[in-house]
Amino acid sequence: MRNNMTKKFFIPIGPYHPLQEEPELFKLYCEGEIVKDIKWETGYNHRGIEKLAESKTYDQVFFLVERVCGICSTSHPFAFANAVEEICNVEITDRAKYIRSIIGELERIHSHLLWVGLAGHFLGYNTVFMWAWKYREPILDLFEIITGNRNSYAMFKVGGVRRDIENSKIETIKKVLDECRRKTNLLTGAVMDDPVIHARTKGVGTLTKQDIIDYAAVGPTARASGVAIDVRKDDPYAAYPLVNWKVITSDTGDVFAKAEVRLLEMFESISIIEQCLDKLKTEKEGDIAVKVKEIPEGIGTGRAEAPRGEVFHCVFSDGSNSPARHKIRAPSYVNIATFKKSCIGQSISDATISLAAVDPCYCCTERLAAVYSAGSGEKLYNARELIELSADRTAKLRNTQKI
Amino acid sequence: MDTEKVIEKLKERFGSDIIEINTRNNKRSVVTIHPGSLLKVAEYMYKEAGLRFIIASAIHTKRGFEIHYHFSYDEIGLVLNIHVILNSENPKIESLSNMFNASNWIEREMHELFGINFLNHPNQEKLISEGNWAEGVYPYRKEFK
Repeated sequence: MRNNMTKKFFIPIGPYHPLQEEPELFKLYCEGEIVKDIKWETGYNHRGIEKLAESKTYDQVFFLVERVCGICSTSHPFAFANAVEEICNVEITDRAKYIRSIIGELERIHSHLLWVGLAGHFLGYNTVFMWAWKYREPILDLFEIITGNRNSYAMFKVGGVRRDIENSKIETIKKVLDECRRKTNLLTGAVMDDPVIHARTKGVGTLTKQDIIDYAAVGPTARASGVAIDVRKDDPYAAYPLVNWKVITSDTGDVFAKAEVRLLEMFESISIIEQCLDKLKTEKEGDIAVKVKEIPEGIGTGRAEAPRGEVFHCVFSDGSNSPARHKIRAPSYVNIATFKKSCIGQSISDATISLAAVDPCYCCTERLAAVYSAGSGEKLYNARELIELSADRTAKLRNTQKI
Repeated sequence: MDTEKVIEKLKERFGSDIIEINTRNNKRSVVTIHPGSLLKVAEYMYKEAGLRFIIASAIHTKRGFEIHYHFSYDEIGLVLNIHVILNSENPKIESLSNMFNASNWIEREMHELFGINFLNHPNQEKLISEGNWAEGVYPYRKEFK
């Protein structure tokens, strides 16, 4: 192994899985155990969704953009609806606003729980993984109760939403949320008070405020470095200006800060949903959409705060029934680029959690391919071994700290 | 500072570089400038005014290649689009990637999909179709079927 310390290694992480929203390959160039450079390749499964949108009607595009991402499948229709409604200058009903926000926040809760679970898995805490995913299930069940689907909810349309949340369902939803708050509390305590998690995540994968500004990173990645940007507050849409909540930030910019921001954000989301549900009771049932006859010529720039950050849709309309051009910018597009700052100088065993910290689609980080020696071409680690390497490091720390 | 003041300041500073300003409401504005002025306008927006670069959208129209550089003024929720029109023959414009990293990938993408050249880009390689797409065929141009 001593000779390997002076050799350069090339570590491919990826490249892709057809199920993930952003197929990619990370190439880590290492000297010994330290990552010296990182390169990124993508396009393995480029679906041409922007081009495809030009051949669909506005109503059909909702179903198309819902399939940009599997985990946060409502944030793209959300941003698209905001963009198109800006072009036709439509004000949707309050009931539709509350329903939109409820769906958006439920999605944030299930996405953050999914992240916490996987982050635990990468660190060798499989119990956290199992707990977090177990607590996520009732949220997916709620989606089924509300929309009929556990994923890809098909709730949005120009001028409102497709289905109502009947007032009779409100108490059921509240009960699940109460349980979710209790479990999130438990999970937050378990993660925040664990000295080994502190040791593994504090000072790891740090992004400074300047890095965030330079790479224009968004979402929890930016907020964990003290950049308090959140579209829900900055450019309010749907019901967010009608309820009370606060933007969660942290200053250190490391993996711990990103976990902290996500965990605390879940409590805000629960509170937003509860307030929206209370307000739903005061609105007339069934008043969920306004009729939009045509989309005039113009440009619409719609934004929505997805669990990973700002989703941006720019729609150019020429007055026909389909977009002349539709530009989509998912948050991972800008967040992934920060890997160059967060991974360089880290050891390989910290690379997995540094890569996972900005919450890219997990299939990519799950599919860690193998480690090759650049000199001999000899395979050193495979995917499972890399995760084990990370888990070993946690186990060693646990032993030294006698926990 | 509100949207009106931001636009006023832009007018004051870059009066001769601006062709047209189209403010839709107090959260959205499109400022059309001469392509040659992009670098200094973007430098002012990013370094002095502290705006965040969201992304750039290109579109191929009868007028040529149009690019909207979307900037966000997060404090007031303003999306400021800096709009340039490049001619259809040999479209080219200065790259912003030497100023901030955020534009690096999107410029590579626009180069690849529209065939727009970004001058002085640090690494104008293909972003999404390396090795599996024909050279000189640009799928997002209008003539592509």
